[in-house]
Amino acid sequence: MRRYDLAIAGAGPAGMAAAVEAASLGLSVLVVDEQPAPGGQVFRAVEAAGADPALAGEFLDDGGALVRGFRCATGVDYSPRTALWHVDLATGVISVLRDGVSEEIQASRLLLATGAQERPVPIPGWTLPGVMGAGAAQILLKTAGAVPQGPVVLAGQGPLAWLLAVQLLRAGAGPMTLLETGGKGALWDAFRAGGLWTGRRLLTKGIGLVREARRHGLSVVRGVRDLRAEGEDRVRRVRWAGGELACDTLLLHEGVIPSTHVSRALGLEHHWDEAQRCWRPALDEWGASSHDLVAVAGDGGGIGGWEAAAATGRLAAIDAARRLGRLPAAEAARRAAPHRARLAAALALRPFLDRLYAPAPEVLAPRDDSTIVCRCEEITAGQVREAARLGATGPNQAKAYLRAGMGPCQGRMCGTTVAAVIAAERGISIEQAGTLRPRAPFKPLTVGELAALPPEEVG
Amino acid sequence: MSGPEVLVVGGGLHGLSAAFHLARRGRRVRVLEAGRLARHASGFSAGGVRTLGRHPAEIPLALEALELWHRIEELVGDDCGFRASGQVKVAESEADLAVLEERAAALRAAGYAHEEMVDAAGLRRLLPAVAPHAVGGMVVRRDGFASPYRTSLAFGRAARGLGAEIVEGARVIAAERRDGLWHLRTADGAEHAAPVLVNAAGAWGARLARHLGEEIPLGFNAFMMMLTARLPAFVTPVVGATARPISFKQAESGQVMIGGGHKGIGSLESGATTLNVERLAYSARTALELFPILAETRIVHAWAGIEGVTPDDIPVIGPSALAEGVIHAFGFCGHGFELGPLVGDIVAQLATQGSTNRPIAAFAPGRFASDRLGGPAAAAPRAALPQPAG
Repeated sequence: MRRYDLAIAGAGPAGMAAAVEAASLGLSVLVVDEQPAPGGQVFRAVEAAGADPALAGEFLDDGGALVRGFRCATGVDYSPRTALWHVDLATGVISVLRDGVSEEIQASRLLLATGAQERPVPIPGWTLPGVMGAGAAQILLKTAGAVPQGPVVLAGQGPLAWLLAVQLLRAGAGPMTLLETGGKGALWDAFRAGGLWTGRRLLTKGIGLVREARRHGLSVVRGVRDLRAEGEDRVRRVRWAGGELACDTLLLHEGVIPSTHVSRALGLEHHWDEAQRCWRPALDEWGASSHDLVAVAGDGGGIGGWEAAAATGRLAAIDAARRLGRLPAAEAARRAAPHRARLAAALALRPFLDRLYAPAPEVLAPRDDSTIVCRCEEITAGQVREAARLGATGPNQAKAYLRAGMGPCQGRMCGTTVAAVIAAERGISIEQAGTLRPRAPFKPLTVGELAALPPEEVG
Repeated sequence: MSGPEVLVVGGGLHGLSAAFHLARRGRRVRVLEAGRLARHASGFSAGGVRTLGRHPAEIPLALEALELWHRIEELVGDDCGFRASGQVKVAESEADLAVLEERAAALRAAGYAHEEMVDAAGLRRLLPAVAPHAVGGMVVRRDGFASPYRTSLAFGRAARGLGAEIVEGARVIAAERRDGLWHLRTADGAEHAAPVLVNAAGAWGARLARHLGEEIPLGFNAFMMMLTARLPAFVTPVVGATARPISFKQAESGQVMIGGGHKGIGSLESGATTLNVERLAYSARTALELFPILAETRIVHAWAGIEGVTPDDIPVIGPSALAEGVIHAFGFCGHGFELGPLVGDIVAQLATQGSTNRPIAAFAPGRFASDRLGGPAAAAPRAALPQPAG
């Protein structure tokens, strides 16, 4: 069995930074990542993007530099196209799957750098062909240079919505409308959160995006509520309270949330983050979780963006070296200081953004009973409400009852929505309804792949 | 308002079934569940409704319970997801076939006719996708499967409808017999008292028995299950093997559930379970050898549920040998789900009339008295066939 001081799941900014830092401290490091190349979601396929003008700016410059640093680091075993599918917390043995072959690896410490996922936006009609997450559209653009043809409606809010609008418009997408779902008064509420001066660089970047999008002819409708996608075979139009538009593509985006699939499956302690309306693992200032073996860095521990992710990756690596006896505590603190400063700067604008782009309650818990919440099993909000009335007290009970969360996505898409619907129905908080506890395999593997593991005598 | 006449400890299927049958008899009953209803084996089992291959002592109970399953909706107002899909035990070799034939002969001699032998052709009619090496098998066509969590909640709901109280988050930390009543204290500080106490605490049943002054040997296992992605329908009955532990079924959704008794790691303290990857792989190999069609199918979930296991692999059912006013019904060894609707009735009989007309002597709580200081549960020595969990 291969052995490593530090196993890192994820080769985004957090995982890459952690690997570089840990290797420089003399740790043996393994990075497993599901993608074919490093970069994570934010810098996905950056090495292959060359000098694509649609993706110019931070993506190519900063992302490219991060990936080059990671590629050059010595002492890092990097395993692309590899999925982490099980962790035995008692022994530190992790199970990974690469090219159909499962392998067990001994790790002294595990760092989850699993990043963010798009917040599911369960509106009526969101399962129609032609409706997708803005993030999925961005992946198509980054990996295949694919641009939607015909009228495009981007509905939702958040910095990534503006970034994607700009990237798609640069790439020649059809006429595009942004339906902004932000609440009235959110801007004033956001201003009260402060952080604008410290975060001015990011703020300027954001304002630049808004200007560029408008220059490209993006039309914007504000204060949009009660969205629904309509069409028979595919999306043909989008309706909202007081308006409608024909479209061939509807891109939904209500921000990103930590990808806590693995951290929840491991039973790490999580809290409901009311500011970001999402679950996040309970972490100390080094990213150490409630379990001695495991740390979390990057957006998987709370949304902060790639600069914050890189800083938390460095901190988690320093902590790993300290815990493994390779770095005295005082030296760890000294080494951490610049990364803490970078982290603070990167997070300064966060409270402003969280307030400005807080999703409406119906994004978390759709009001319309016919809205599908679990796409895999086609379970509606109404069915979840009925299960709550019959006694399901949280998403785990709803799973046992309705199979919501038992499909191929393993609850990634529906876990939080189901919890929010149950919470609303039972008059409890989402925190009380609890997190969906996903089960291994964290990534599906086939029966044949599992069966091919070397046999052990079974008593 | 007067207090309860019966306290049931354990909000799994057996506790809720007992509460239901007691409430039907007009008894005031209160269920104390440490966590949430059907949190362990009752929610995580594969849901096999199986009389096939039962331990001889369990056969009469299993057969009577099966009749309840066939009218479960009438009983609790919910079909509990029950489907009479049949259950099949595959013989993978001539030796397996000999074991099954011996079993069939023994059952016929004892007057049972529910288990039916099938030859290789008959097996393929039942299981067209079964691997070529299978030479025959045994089937009970009236067996099937149901949804465990839904069943447990249905019994809970029906019990409530008849006036039973169900308290979740009530972990019993102390028990005392005083003035003809059992006084239970729960971790939240509440006190509960009743003349009769039903121990339906599952894997935690021996701990409760110890509180009541009785030592009953009970180990526990964290039986593992796997669920695959959807496949086109290829198998209707629930399938087991003769010589190795496997339980295999395709749900209406098309997903295949693979279980049968391989053990993960569990903790009675926390209730948490961990998979044992090597043993899970063993289950996958067995399933694949029986149904090669599964090779490319993705496993989307695997989990383990904690279940109490006795030294002789059959449950503890009956009045306490030592403690007054105590009725035990726990330690179902991974195959108690099918018995649930009936065992609650037996418990209710014992609680209300002091006796039962069902044959439960083999399950007497006092039967382990000679090895009261014995270690963890050993494998089943007396069962005629290995019984798959779930």
